[in-house]
Amino acid sequence: MNWHNILTVYLKELKDSLRDRRTLLSTIIIPTLVMPLLTFGVGKVASGVIGKARSETPTVMILGGEDSPAVVAQLKESKKIKVVPTSPDWQERITEKTIRAAVQLPEKFQAGLTAGAAPAVVIYHYEGELKSSFGAGELEKFFRELRERTTADRLAERSLPATLAKPFELKRENVAPPEKVGGNLFGGFVPYLIIILCFTGAMYPAMDLTAGEKERGTMETLLCSPVARIDIVLGKFLMVLTGSLSAMGFMLLSMGVTAFVAGSLLMSGGSMAKAGAVAASSKAGEVIPLIDPFGLVGVLAMVFPVAVLFAAVAFTISLFAKSYKEAQSYLAPLMIVILLPAVIGMLPGIDLNGRLAFVPLLNLSLVCKEMLSGVWHWNYIAIIFGSSCVYAAVALGLAVKMFNREDVIFRT
Amino acid sequence: MIEAFHLTKTFRDKKRGEIRAADDISFRVSPGQIYGLLGANGAGKTTTLRLLATLLRPTGGSATVGGFDVTREPEKVRASVGFLAASTALYGRLTAREMIAYFGKLNGLADAEIRTRTQRLADELDMHEFLDRRCDQFSTGMKQKTSIARTLIHDPAVMIFDEPTLGLDVMTARAIVKFVRECRNRGKTVIYSTHVMSEVEKLCDTIGIIHGGKLLAEGTLAGLRATQGEQDMEEIFVKIVGGEATK
Repeated sequence: MNWHNILTVYLKELKDSLRDRRTLLSTIIIPTLVMPLLTFGVGKVASGVIGKARSETPTVMILGGEDSPAVVAQLKESKKIKVVPTSPDWQERITEKTIRAAVQLPEKFQAGLTAGAAPAVVIYHYEGELKSSFGAGELEKFFRELRERTTADRLAERSLPATLAKPFELKRENVAPPEKVGGNLFGGFVPYLIIILCFTGAMYPAMDLTAGEKERGTMETLLCSPVARIDIVLGKFLMVLTGSLSAMGFMLLSMGVTAFVAGSLLMSGGSMAKAGAVAASSKAGEVIPLIDPFGLVGVLAMVFPVAVLFAAVAFTISLFAKSYKEAQSYLAPLMIVILLPAVIGMLPGIDLNGRLAFVPLLNLSLVCKEMLSGVWHWNYIAIIFGSSCVYAAVALGLAVKMFNREDVIFRT
Repeated sequence: MIEAFHLTKTFRDKKRGEIRAADDISFRVSPGQIYGLLGANGAGKTTTLRLLATLLRPTGGSATVGGFDVTREPEKVRASVGFLAASTALYGRLTAREMIAYFGKLNGLADAEIRTRTQRLADELDMHEFLDRRCDQFSTGMKQKTSIARTLIHDPAVMIFDEPTLGLDVMTARAIVKFVRECRNRGKTVIYSTHVMSEVEKLCDTIGIIHGGKLLAEGTLAGLRATQGEQDMEEIFVKIVGGEATK
């Protein structure tokens, strides 16, 4: 191994890659834009849609209720809903979204309230439809309040205290500091993004430096040089690793800036002018969920061997391909295989244990979730870091072996 | 100096079984000499040259190039060889200067030496106009000049040319042929593979006819004419490889 040669190959590949638009897109531009787009783009669209749905007064239909004029009148008077005339096609109208929900008042509902009966009120809505659920929610709220008023009236009639129906209050208070809350909120999401970006960051340089070179005929030119094969592999591999790590680095940097700007905007009520000054305030942490900085450092350390693993795997697979296109067709499905453990790691209720600590990627996803919320299981961390290093070393060894195979290098 | 002793290379193919791409090939090329390897497509020319350039490892036999053994000292062999083939392309995103400097560095040259040699090669090959332009914008002629500069940057004692004129226009092909002659005049050991009969007639001191991985005949142009009783190179070639002559 000759470090001068490795560095020469690496620096040339770095220069070459920085002039390649596809590599720049996958290692710098997309990772930098993903967080602002998710936060300000998707977030803004989602909050806009939800806000619009909330601001609309839901149209509802009352089914029955001819013998309960007072309740119907109260419903019609409510400013939270808009009652439309009853029609037999109410079910179709909910489906077609011309009304949001319908409420079925049982026979003699009003009389039943006075008599102490327990009639059932049924609310019809369209499951999974946002506006319909808001309509149903308003109806539910109306009838919950009616129920509470009726209970209070009944107790008052019998001269009984209100605490008879409500013997105690129930409250929930958070004791977790903001960074733990942030860790729990982002703990699943951040490793998921890191895993995707680490792989896509490695993918394009790997394809370009192996299959791309074979296709363009420069691989044979390079092999004619007196540099040992292992030096070429390591120089190229370091570039692929740089792609992977830079994708992660730019994503984390962009995430930090996005959180800073988002916090500033929230604090200043949307005023960009005040953003910088307000963000400096210590209160920013109360507005946006914080992430434990030590957790973030831990995540970076844990991701490193996985980035090496990704770089080596992407490199080996691309090396086998005859062309850039063939390499793409191998690596694209691999993305799904990689996403699977990352998605499982995001699911609530899946916790790190001795067996899962050996499952590549899933272990990373789970341990990152723990570390970002301030939980440090050192025994698992050691197992995960160690096993990831072993997997990475095996993959790198395989890459070197593949590069020395004539049938792979000259597979055209 | 190039010496090949019973050089053999076999490949395994799922459909065709074992293929002997180079079969017991022996020859010798001295400094200041051009050895022409003449053969049809798939005859084993590229495999033989790749074995000499240590891009492939022989399955049998041995060879020395520039005094170094291809199996035991592949890096030293490559350091003494300049390999130019139709399949050795340039890095499109690098400039000609960067391309030449990269291969200079890979050959262990110091930066100052690379600068001096690049200047000299640019003068000789008339490259100044496009030296700092990216290779993906080059014409075929510019590409060939840059490739030649790339092979010469470390001043190798041995030059290996694998069908270097393949797909080139007449003028560029002539420039390559001229360059090969210059290599001989500078005392370099040159091996040149082609399937173009006229090129071997014009260029080569010794001609080796290769077919089916075997070196079937070897000699000077005059010697081959005498032994085969033919004047035309194409007729000689067809006679040796066992095909039908045209007359």
